[in-house]
Amino acid sequence: MRPYLAIVSAGVRVMLQYRAAAAAGFATQLFWGWIRVAIFGAFYASSSATQPMSLEDTISYLWLTQALLLLLPFRLDSDLVAMIRDGTVAYELTRPADLYWYWFSRTLASRTAPMLLRAGPLLLVSGLFFGLAAPDSLSALAAFLVSVGAALLLSSAFTMLMSISLLWTIAGDGISRLISMIAQFLSGSYVPLPLFPQWAQPALALLPFAGLTDTPFRLYLGHLPLSSFPTAIAHQLLWTAVLVLVGRLALARGLRRMVVQGG
Amino acid sequence: MLYARYVGVSVRSQMQYRASFVMLTFATMLISGLEFVATWALFDRFGSLAGWTLPEAALLYGLVNMAFALAEGWARGFDEFGQMVKSGGFDRLLLRPRSTALQVAGHHVQLMRIGRLAQGAVVFIWAATRLQVAWSPPRVLLCLLAIAGGAALFSGLMVLQATFAFWSTESLEVFNTVTYGGVETTQYPLTVYRDGFRRFFTYVVPLATVTYYPALAVLGRSDPLGSSLSFQYASPLFGFLFLIVCLRVWNLGVRHYHSTGS
Amino acid sequence: MPVIAVENLSKTYWVSERAPGTWGALKSLVHRRHRAVEALGGISFTIQPGELVGYIGPNGAGKSTTVKVLSGILVPSGGAVTVLGRTPWQERAAHVAHIGVVFGQRTQLWWDLPVIESFDLLREIYRVPREDYRKTLDELVETMALSELLDTPVRLLSLGQRMRCDLAAALLHRPELLFLDEPTIGLDAIAKLTVRNLVKRLNRDQGLTVILTTHDMDDIESLCSRVILINRGKILLDGTLERMRQLVTTERRLVIILADESTWIDGVQARVIHRDGARLTLSFDPDQISAAELIGDITSHYPIRDLYVEAAPIEEIVAQIYQDTHT
Repeated sequence: MRPYLAIVSAGVRVMLQYRAAAAAGFATQLFWGWIRVAIFGAFYASSSATQPMSLEDTISYLWLTQALLLLLPFRLDSDLVAMIRDGTVAYELTRPADLYWYWFSRTLASRTAPMLLRAGPLLLVSGLFFGLAAPDSLSALAAFLVSVGAALLLSSAFTMLMSISLLWTIAGDGISRLISMIAQFLSGSYVPLPLFPQWAQPALALLPFAGLTDTPFRLYLGHLPLSSFPTAIAHQLLWTAVLVLVGRLALARGLRRMVVQGG
Repeated sequence: MLYARYVGVSVRSQMQYRASFVMLTFATMLISGLEFVATWALFDRFGSLAGWTLPEAALLYGLVNMAFALAEGWARGFDEFGQMVKSGGFDRLLLRPRSTALQVAGHHVQLMRIGRLAQGAVVFIWAATRLQVAWSPPRVLLCLLAIAGGAALFSGLMVLQATFAFWSTESLEVFNTVTYGGVETTQYPLTVYRDGFRRFFTYVVPLATVTYYPALAVLGRSDPLGSSLSFQYASPLFGFLFLIVCLRVWNLGVRHYHSTGS
Repeated sequence: MPVIAVENLSKTYWVSERAPGTWGALKSLVHRRHRAVEALGGISFTIQPGELVGYIGPNGAGKSTTVKVLSGILVPSGGAVTVLGRTPWQERAAHVAHIGVVFGQRTQLWWDLPVIESFDLLREIYRVPREDYRKTLDELVETMALSELLDTPVRLLSLGQRMRCDLAAALLHRPELLFLDEPTIGLDAIAKLTVRNLVKRLNRDQGLTVILTTHDMDDIESLCSRVILINRGKILLDGTLERMRQLVTTERRLVIILADESTWIDGVQARVIHRDGARLTLSFDPDQISAAELIGDITSHYPIRDLYVEAAPIEEIVAQIYQDTHT
């Protein structure tokens, strides 16, 4: 456990160095939050039909999306990618710690630190000035926080899978891009999931991606009542476990393949 | 011409990995397709947006995506620039008697972006036929200019993003939000946004000048914001202006690198 | 008209500082401190056309800073530099068109492409006229035995082959000045010899001025007539290898192969520094006793099978110089 913690803390320290990036990131996301609120406001104004989610709730959802954007499995660990590209990943095999969990810890760190750094100020500012509503209840808030934790694990598991896919296709990162985009799309970052057509809802609820942001957001807003909290968390964790398993298998196979091929 | 050679080099080098190239192109097409699905879903639910219908928004969408695809194709070499600075590879570029920007752009020409280009073109053509646009030579020219100007603008953003690497070892991921977010934003008519944003998108990052205003002219719509037809026709030039400014900033970055080493 | 004229060149870097640990990282978010590091403290030298100069020093001595300034990549903090009549960092494009640079650890060739395509691309980049390119290419291919390698992708080349290709690549535009940075690093013995011979030939036959930065003293010994030794941003020595030796010690070595392994040499004006069976290495000071006298002394008292005289190895000389300047 110690080595993994050390890795996570080292990752946090590295992230904290880049304050220019942090400041710019905050400004940009604030910006895009405003944009999306405007777009959705205009859409809501164009129709008088009742919607599955009120405009107020949608606005909160949008701000939560911005605040927690870095949770999503966007970028791969570029050091890792470079390592796989030029084959030095083979040296990683000489480390004593379990390879999958070693990388997982790194990924988790590189997700968590920036996300927290960005989320804090954004939540504060959007809550005070721009329409982010308070959580439905204190227990909703607690549920939300736990769910975000599970979402981080889920996101890391996704990222791992995407990175591992690089062992199979050398120059191609098509799979990872695709997974990344699909994940973002189906987690509600483009269009809040409740606003998708009715016929799509069951599928969306089943897929793992909802667990990335939609589930925590719905808990926050009270759309998912606290009675559903255990099921929601279970959904997130179950999918995490599945992805971890697949990831470990793929990693073992992929490394064996690479060693045989000579990188 | 040097850039043509770079393209040739990239093509040959990427063709060595044919399977992954096909997959990447396909993925790119799917990804931009997904973005359109989001727009479609919203119009499906709400019916219209500020008086614009889905096909009209699709026209905007097509213009912006074609422009973005072109920029991604030729300026994504700048994405890897951060890595290059870290590993000291930029020194090598400085040792050659050519513009550094050109070399960085040339070192990785991404062919797979044809996926988005194709997808954008398909949507554009669909929208144009649905709307039964009355095409005239000025309108066709305007569309081409809008796409070219848009490509220049997005390229400028990518150059700007890379330029940050001169000052910090961490790349500004936020710029991806700006570029992709910019694509998303300008799919919708400018009237949706408040005054401050409109000004931002017209004068600071002039995305509106390569999408909204040209589209108005093509659609023959009147502009509630009161722009004249001549402005609408001339506006794509702002995209080129933006690129020039970004290249100036790039040169500043190179100068900084010169005095501080790597 | 010197190829390179450096006068009082100095360069100071600013490095940001922060306290260690997580708390330090958080603090630095709010307040950044900077510290000045003097990489070069006013160095001066001139290099004439056709010279093959070794530029040596320990890590962090200022070697790569100097080379970066001379090649135009880095702007100095002070001093005047003229290379081929230009100030490198002020006329970058014009300047780099006349120099070649080879980094031993990093290739400038395109990884996935056959060597010849990298060359063609470089021709375009350096705007070399077609006929000149043809001629130069043929010459280089012949000199460096590259004809079988031209169609091979760079990633499939061995290190030695890649180095030869990199050398050729740096010369396609016929520069008058060549910078070599660790050109033999990681190469096997044969490849090292090949590279050294190539550099010697280029220097000799074409009058190519060469600046060689290296840690490999065999490179220096076999190639350089002149050596500039730098440490901590200051030049310690600028002269011939011989001069360098003399500065430190006039000590000579005498290697003897005894006829009889068990013989013990005693009572001569020399110090035994190494013994390996019948092979003995003695150190002596030619000011106290000449080589001839010493040899005569030994051979008259002990049965010798073979002997030879050599100078102290360069590594030791250099290490001694570094040490001396530290005290």
